[in-house]
Amino acid sequence: MTQHTVEHQHPLSARSSVPRGRLARTALTAGFVLSVIVVVTVPLYGAYAATGTSAGTLETLAKWAPLILLGFGLNLLMSFIAMGIGTVAGVGLGIAQVSQVSWVRRAAWAATEMFRNTPTLILLFMAMFLLPFELRFGDLVIALPPWLKAILGFSLSMMAYVSEIVRGGLQSIPTTQWEAAEALAFTRRDTLRLVIIPQCFKQMLPPWMNVYAIMIMSTPLASILGVHEGLTITRSAISAEGQPELLAPFYLFLLALFFVYSYPISLWTLRLERRYAIKH
Amino acid sequence: MTDASTLPIVRIVDVHKSFGLVPVLQGVSLDIARGEVACIIGPSGSGKSTLLRCINALVPIDQGSILIENEEINTPSLDKLTLRRKVGMVFQQYNLFPHRTALQNVMMAPIHVLKQDKAAVETRARALLKKVRLEGKEDSFPGELSGGQQQRVAIARSLAMNPKVMLFDEVTAALDPETVKEVLVTIRELAEEGMTCVLVTHEMGFAREVGNHVYFTDKGKIVEHGPPAEFFANASHPRTREFLNQIL
Repeated sequence: MTQHTVEHQHPLSARSSVPRGRLARTALTAGFVLSVIVVVTVPLYGAYAATGTSAGTLETLAKWAPLILLGFGLNLLMSFIAMGIGTVAGVGLGIAQVSQVSWVRRAAWAATEMFRNTPTLILLFMAMFLLPFELRFGDLVIALPPWLKAILGFSLSMMAYVSEIVRGGLQSIPTTQWEAAEALAFTRRDTLRLVIIPQCFKQMLPPWMNVYAIMIMSTPLASILGVHEGLTITRSAISAEGQPELLAPFYLFLLALFFVYSYPISLWTLRLERRYAIKH
Repeated sequence: MTDASTLPIVRIVDVHKSFGLVPVLQGVSLDIARGEVACIIGPSGSGKSTLLRCINALVPIDQGSILIENEEINTPSLDKLTLRRKVGMVFQQYNLFPHRTALQNVMMAPIHVLKQDKAAVETRARALLKKVRLEGKEDSFPGELSGGQQQRVAIARSLAMNPKVMLFDEVTAALDPETVKEVLVTIRELAEEGMTCVLVTHEMGFAREVGNHVYFTDKGKIVEHGPPAEFFANASHPRTREFLNQIL
């Protein structure tokens, strides 16, 4: 029963008279302030709850914070690169999914479905164990450290999600637009580039950001493969200190880092979704 | 040798087309001379729009022959892009590109398809918009224009490619009675300038006034045709009579 009421009462429905721009800005600001409060207070509270006297724990946390931040930086870096690779490959795959050539279409569909329905962790293991530790092209040797392999794993998963977003976006444009461009002698490539993609770009943006937010959350999976990202370093720090009471504050600190990074993205996504939904 | 200018610009010979098991065109033949205004009328589902779409190869035909300026289009080696530069098409629902302004809609194809110089295209596009009486609307987006205005932008967009033949697919069917007139005036001017026009239309008055030849289609065949004065006065086939009685 309660769930039903929650579902039907969209937060916006009651306040639709407030101008959209201002409402979104207010929500964004409020959200950010909230997240800053969270990032400061949660570890403090954790530290307090764990020890009763917060000073010692806080000092330990402060000592390790730069290293954990550095690890979190690797999470960000992996997410950026995977997002870049995944987007470029995913756009190509998505366009291939609406190709006029049936084997291209089928192959693209199969690749998309395969990587989309495989747990990211399995893709990571595949990247880890199927790729060599270095690539040799004659004299050129390219080392493939674990973090680079992890990026490839994340990219595959991103690629498949982006491919679906692109396919859905392209197919949301009425066929009459294709027909009009065709009648004007546009090539298929120009039709996509000049007519179809510009029209669905806006509506693809929010789901694309959503997928990114999900991916940044899954980057700590790389710790299983021994990548020195945020989670790995946090764990090492805790075990190096050997104090079980550090567990809660340290993990909470890491959680807060992810939250502060992701929450504005999800707010921004929501804002874009709302803006484009009304326009379209 | 026959002089090219006396040959029909569009020659359709025994064209057949089915969508799956449904036959849509069952042996259609017609010739359209250069500068002629041909009007195709007939009940819904009689294959009028499909016939039009066959002429610019938006719909491939199953059997028969379509010659545009004496070039066969029912061949695997057809260069569709070359064909579509010659044959312009205007749609019932306008199908303007909603993310581009009226002027950009007109300019896109000449720039990207014909690779013409942008400045020259812009001058011509502005002149075309003026010709369809849309001066001052250059920077409006399609969503900001009325149906009749959008349809006139669509006509200008098609004309910008300098086509030899213009196809009009029920271009006034989605418009309210008042704006129908402004679009018809534009088409009439085109016809008077000598543009070859093929219209699928329900505007009998327009067909009678502006058309040179009227074709009545039913069940994928041309039942009867003739110059409008003759056609509307003396149509003899019972199916034609029945249709005209209902509509006039």
